[in-house]
Amino acid sequence: MKIIHCPINGPRPLQEFHFGGQVREMPVGSQVSDAEWADYVFNRSGEPGIQSEWWYHTPSGTWFIAERDCQSDECIRTYLYGGRESDA
Amino acid sequence: MPHRLLKFGVSKEHPEPRMFHTPAQLKDAYDVVIIGGGGHGLGAAYYLARDHGITNVAVIEKGYIGGGGTGRNTAIVRSNYLTNEGARFYQASIDLFQDLSRELDLNLFYSERGHFTLAHSPASLRTQRWRAEVNKHLGIDSEVIGPSEVKRLVPEIDLQCGGHLPSIHGALYHPPGAVARHDAVAWGYARGADRAGVEIHQQTEVTDIEMRDNAVVGVHTDKGFIKTRKVLSAVAGWTTAITPMVGLRTPLTVHPLQAAVSEPLKPWLDKIVVSASLHLYVSQSSRGELVAGASLDPYELISMRSTLDFTEGVSGHLVDLFPMLGDIKIMRQWAGLSDMTPDFSPIMGTTPIDGFYIDAGWGTWGFKATPISGKTMAATLAEDNDHELIKPFNLSRFSRWQLVGEKGAASVGH
Ligand SMILES: Cc1cc2nc3c(=O)[nH]c(=O)nc-3n(C[C@H](O)[C@H](O)[C@H](O)COP(=O)(O)OP(=O)(O)OC[C@H]3O[C@@H](n4cnc5c(N)ncnc54)[C@H](O)[C@@H]3O)c2cc1C
Repeated sequence: MKIIHCPINGPRPLQEFHFGGQVREMPVGSQVSDAEWADYVFNRSGEPGIQSEWWYHTPSGTWFIAERDCQSDECIRTYLYGGRESDA
Repeated sequence: MPHRLLKFGVSKEHPEPRMFHTPAQLKDAYDVVIIGGGGHGLGAAYYLARDHGITNVAVIEKGYIGGGGTGRNTAIVRSNYLTNEGARFYQASIDLFQDLSRELDLNLFYSERGHFTLAHSPASLRTQRWRAEVNKHLGIDSEVIGPSEVKRLVPEIDLQCGGHLPSIHGALYHPPGAVARHDAVAWGYARGADRAGVEIHQQTEVTDIEMRDNAVVGVHTDKGFIKTRKVLSAVAGWTTAITPMVGLRTPLTVHPLQAAVSEPLKPWLDKIVVSASLHLYVSQSSRGELVAGASLDPYELISMRSTLDFTEGVSGHLVDLFPMLGDIKIMRQWAGLSDMTPDFSPIMGTTPIDGFYIDAGWGTWGFKATPISGKTMAATLAEDNDHELIKPFNLSRFSRWQLVGEKGAASVGH
């Protein structure tokens, strides 16, 4: 993967982006046990395969979500949180 | 070719010496199955036999032994870590390394060089004082030295880093810091284990783990099913593919870590020089090549591809530190997998699953731990109880909120 499709700016070189980690649902702290909270804080899927990730386009300050195969390094699609898909 | 030499070559009386046997096929059952023929898996097999008399053991390796992180690292061995738990553990590994060539009857080229961690700011000098004090308290040879001492010991270094980067304020100096021949470590342990009766199955992949009532009962491989009640997962960068087989969640994420060697030069650098600010570590191998590594790749990837970004970065920073290297060529570059933990300490020992033991979280720092993790994991398997030295590294530390924040780890940019 050398190019990522930013949902706002289109295809841009990888060097313009910053990886923000896996997309995860935060549980409501007051409604879960300590163990469940620890699982949220520390554990990750880490498995080979497609995962949803946060990425940041630095020059334009855009956070968005990418679905990427973390073994073949192919980006399947990118979109803004809750919306708009990239044209690619 | 002289006739006598030809006869010698084809004679059955003088077979080519092999380091270890290639067993014909898998048996139906073993007392212990070790997944992964890296240094850690082979070391555990060796110490299971040597210390505990357990020899009905199979090491299952999907490629060839030492083909993972073991044969890809920059081979730095040191113990000047920041936490008591870490420093004590890695020092125990050095103690084993120092006698290992004799014990395995194989020259591991274990070479004590002296290890410098350069400080480019007053803040990093402060962390290094802290590390030095923890180290001294535990009897580890480690001290902070000033820039003139750095220059005296490594005269080729440019303390100003070319003038466009933060200059060198001093260094944490660790005289016992060493390099070793990493593949020989794997071969030595493999031969030792093989002689004791352990079977090493290369080109064999574990595809699933069979469980009943929360206990391991066997292992599926691409060459058939094996019964066993004890499985050690020693696959470092591949761990996140194994843990789902037993339904275990971990904090591990995998990033590539890259390294490169230069063309061979006459010996001029007899020290190991590390700069976290420049994302660089470098030493000169006994063949004369400069062996250099950088920081972790910036995003998760379970692939051993290397990049031009890395070569550019590492070459640039080599010249920042050693301007005389401007005309030297990079010969080879490669990558390995680093299984990273949030606290930069390993994950070792028993797990909530009966008979499933884990040795992972080796990130950028696991080569130096090869002897001690082999030894302590062997004890843990034999006694079904975490060895004293590795108790702090149990997977359960995350749910207990008792992390072992190891800021002395390499290539993680702090
Ligand atoms: C570029 C680089 C530089 C490094 N520099 C240093 C350093 O200077 N000092 C240091 O201490 N550490 C360093 N490290 C870290 C170190 O290399 C590793 O932590 C260490 O080698 C891990 O050893 P291991 O035996 O646990 O795993 P590995 O050597 O990776 O062995 C795991 C084995 O498991 C096998 N395997 C995986 N899945 C399966 C399966 N399903 N079935 C069967 N077999 C399987 C793999 O083929 C592999 O051979 C570096 C790492 C890299 C990549």
